[in-house]
Amino acid sequence: MFALEIARGMWTTFKSMFEKPVTIEYPDVKRPVRPRFRGRHVLQRYENGLERCIGCALCAAACPAGAIFVEAAENNDQQRYSPGERYASIYEINLLRCIFCGFCEDACPTEAIVLEHNYELSYLNRRDAIYTKDRLLVPVPPEGRATPMTVPPGAFGKAIPEMEDPD
Amino acid sequence: MSEALVSLTIDGVEVTVPAGTLIVDAAKKIGIEIPVFCYHPKLKPVGMCRMCLVEIGRPKIDRATRAVVRDENGDAVIEFGPKLETACTTPVGEGWVVLVNSERAIKERQQVVEFLLTSHPLDCPVCDKGGECPLQNLTMKHGPGESRFLYEDKMRLDKHVPLGELIFLDRERCIQCSRCIRFQTEIVDDPVIAFSERGRKLEIVTYSEPGFNSYFSGNTTDICPVGALTTADFRFSARSWELSEAASICSHCAVGCNITLHSRREARSKGAEVIKRVIPRHNDTVNEIWICDKGRFAHHYASSEDRLSQPLIKRKGKLVKTSWEEALKRVVDGLKAADGSILGIAGGRTSNEDLFLMRHLMEGLGGQAVQHGDMAGGDLVQQVGVGAETNLARLGAGDCILVVASDLHEEAPIWWLRIKQAVERGAQLIVANARTTRLDAYASHTLRYTYGEAAHTMLGLLHAVNGDGALAKFASDETREASETFAKAPNALLFYGHEGMDYEGSHALAQACASLLSATGHVARPNNGLVAVWPRCNSQGAWDMGLAPHPQGLEEALKGTKAVYVMAADPAGDDPALASMLAEIEFLVVQELFLTETAKAADVVLPAQSFAEREGTYTNGMRRVQRFYPAIAPLGETRPDWQILAAIGEAMGLEPARPSAAAVLLEIASENGDYAGLDYAALAHAESQWPPVGGKDLYFGGTANPNQQGVGVQLPSGVERGEAFEIEWSTPARVSSKRGIMMIPITKLYDRGTTIEPSQVLSSRLVSLCLHINPEDAKRLKISDGGEVDVTWNGGEQRLRTVIEEEVPRGVVLVPRSLGVPLAAPVAVKIRSVGS
Repeated sequence: MFALEIARGMWTTFKSMFEKPVTIEYPDVKRPVRPRFRGRHVLQRYENGLERCIGCALCAAACPAGAIFVEAAENNDQQRYSPGERYASIYEINLLRCIFCGFCEDACPTEAIVLEHNYELSYLNRRDAIYTKDRLLVPVPPEGRATPMTVPPGAFGKAIPEMEDPD
Repeated sequence: MSEALVSLTIDGVEVTVPAGTLIVDAAKKIGIEIPVFCYHPKLKPVGMCRMCLVEIGRPKIDRATRAVVRDENGDAVIEFGPKLETACTTPVGEGWVVLVNSERAIKERQQVVEFLLTSHPLDCPVCDKGGECPLQNLTMKHGPGESRFLYEDKMRLDKHVPLGELIFLDRERCIQCSRCIRFQTEIVDDPVIAFSERGRKLEIVTYSEPGFNSYFSGNTTDICPVGALTTADFRFSARSWELSEAASICSHCAVGCNITLHSRREARSKGAEVIKRVIPRHNDTVNEIWICDKGRFAHHYASSEDRLSQPLIKRKGKLVKTSWEEALKRVVDGLKAADGSILGIAGGRTSNEDLFLMRHLMEGLGGQAVQHGDMAGGDLVQQVGVGAETNLARLGAGDCILVVASDLHEEAPIWWLRIKQAVERGAQLIVANARTTRLDAYASHTLRYTYGEAAHTMLGLLHAVNGDGALAKFASDETREASETFAKAPNALLFYGHEGMDYEGSHALAQACASLLSATGHVARPNNGLVAVWPRCNSQGAWDMGLAPHPQGLEEALKGTKAVYVMAADPAGDDPALASMLAEIEFLVVQELFLTETAKAADVVLPAQSFAEREGTYTNGMRRVQRFYPAIAPLGETRPDWQILAAIGEAMGLEPARPSAAAVLLEIASENGDYAGLDYAALAHAESQWPPVGGKDLYFGGTANPNQQGVGVQLPSGVERGEAFEIEWSTPARVSSKRGIMMIPITKLYDRGTTIEPSQVLSSRLVSLCLHINPEDAKRLKISDGGEVDVTWNGGEQRLRTVIEEEVPRGVVLVPRSLGVPLAAPVAVKIRSVGS
């Protein structure tokens, strides 16, 4: 009676020894995420290195958790951070507050803020959870320059790029 | 007043309005909103933007009989015009039918929006007006959603055009409604900006040097229906929805403009909440929807880094930081040791609650409290001040306004503006001053006297009214004519200042003015009475609370005093003679925002809160009590003035503790008959005002706030409450120039006072310290324009640069106040050209 039950259980155990394991060796091995996965934010740059973020604070307005703080300042051609007149002098996201809803992405008129695929978010103190602009910005692309940069007068007057109609 | 009424139908709703009302306003009255851009209820209509197009049908008139044609039912036949008409320029007509939301009108307005946006950049995300922009709102509501114009054909124009240091223009965003130009021309008569070129090249330019040189320039950014005009102060510093707002009262002059403080956390200030901008708050009896640029930009002192944040105590000759407990203990010990020989000196910048408790504390200790200042007449303003319900906007044809010894454009710009507007409505203006001021241009009578004879001139006017023989020596043809105009006016207001006089002179002037008003019967009624142009926002409140300047001056008051308690005043900084006296005082307490000269000499310095961090009430020059609310978190360990005084009173066993500023006002109301019945709830009472301007209002929108936090309460004058007033007069000793040339301190709007200097944005507009001198005197003294001179007077000496000006009267030199020359009243000076 019991022996049969035990044998059946042991058979299951024996069988699984030859199966491919479902677990992975994190952190040596990382599971790929879906393309639309919403991980930690990054602030994008244009190919020439200019920041896409124009400091409009629409992300902060859209954020249901009040996680984003933006303070803007004025750009000029000698010290240009982003196209147009305005750039974010302070950009902070408190990732302890963030609920990764992606509303900030939707609100962004320049596609500057993007929830990328990094989900490894752990901190030793609360202050580290506040991502400042330098931590959020992506590295300068190979053919670009670092900001602030000097540009020819009037070359980057328009804050919001022309975008394709999604329809 | 009986006005002809006209009835018409707007979108099926019948409305009856006075003849001459514009269709937009009539529609607004019944809640039908006609979108506008160029129209503003405070400006004359021009019909430039075409946004208010409506269909107008008029009753058909039979040409032969001039009678209205009627159909078989007896109804008037309505004929619609072939084209739409602008509702903002068309006054209503009897029996008209206006269609606002007909299919045709809606479609045509959509096309107007499409046209307005042909070259608008639509950069709302980076625009400072975004979120509170009439163009944004009206485009969402009335726009077509899509444009047929080619995107590539949009014009690219300059986005950073400074019109002077204070206002910036974005040429792309401008929709050329001309509200700013019309405001500058029609309302403030500073036509320093204008359109240049025509058609697609049209742009706004400034013609003045420095650019956009007007004391009211900030208001154009409020009424701009797009983000074309922005202030240097607020540019890019916050989005409108991020700001928290608090109602407040401007603390810079006696007008008491209603303002709203917008604040937000700022990284630069280590996360502290700071005032981001000041915008006007609608109060038709005080400032309508305007404020001057000083009120708008000189708010930075509240969040200045130089503010005192902790109590200081003197140890071994040095001021060191300490705790409140220790500081208050030292104050209590020091005041006790003085044994009643105590003098309280308070400035007119503090609230009624502070001043009331100051007097209580000083009197409780057996001392006395005085106001720091040298202008007299607050008691007379209490008696014959303006009647309740006074509103400068109601003075018009036939009424008279007299301004004496004050340069209102510099001292109280909003009063200047409203008096000018009264003149344009037909009021007579009499200006009496020793020199030319900007108000002279609007005056029907200009009375010129030599410095020191302001009171004599007023007595000359009084002579023409009561025929008192003793006054005959002051009369002249000019005073007779002016007096006639003043006496026969149904309503008359009298504004007096204290330019070129000491306390005694200003007392004589106030007496003469009060007597003139009383003799002509211009008292105890609305729109009649005496107004003092005080140098501080709450000087009148100080008088009402029982704090008058010492008649013989502070030097006299300080003699033999053991302990002095100074609140929001800097006597040592104002006068070196007082500084040396205060240095000798046994025990000096200073309650201040900044470490002033007086504070440096103090034994204990107590850090107070600015008007933006606390609540309280101010009484303005027209005796309107107005309430202000806290806008930002208190700095460091600072406390409100009233709280500090109450704590000291309690520690000395004199007074009970006060729980709140509101409780102090209740005490004031129970003790002071004029303030009877006042409480914070009454002061917070606000009714909707017509026209609804600014704020959430979509159609007359702009960045001014509607008033929901209280319009204040105007106190009745003593005579109005049945007190007797006796005509008295005295003549002050004439300011003589026998001992040399007289130096007269004059007031300029942007000086280097402690509340103005921390505002960096105004730094380029601050007046420079110069000695203004008449060309003839300059020639006599061999002084060249721009040359340096040594000026010496009893108790002072200074090297100054000179400016030769035709406007300066002969025999005197003028020097602006609060720029470093420690001068309160005129003095005889010796001038020696450097190098001669």
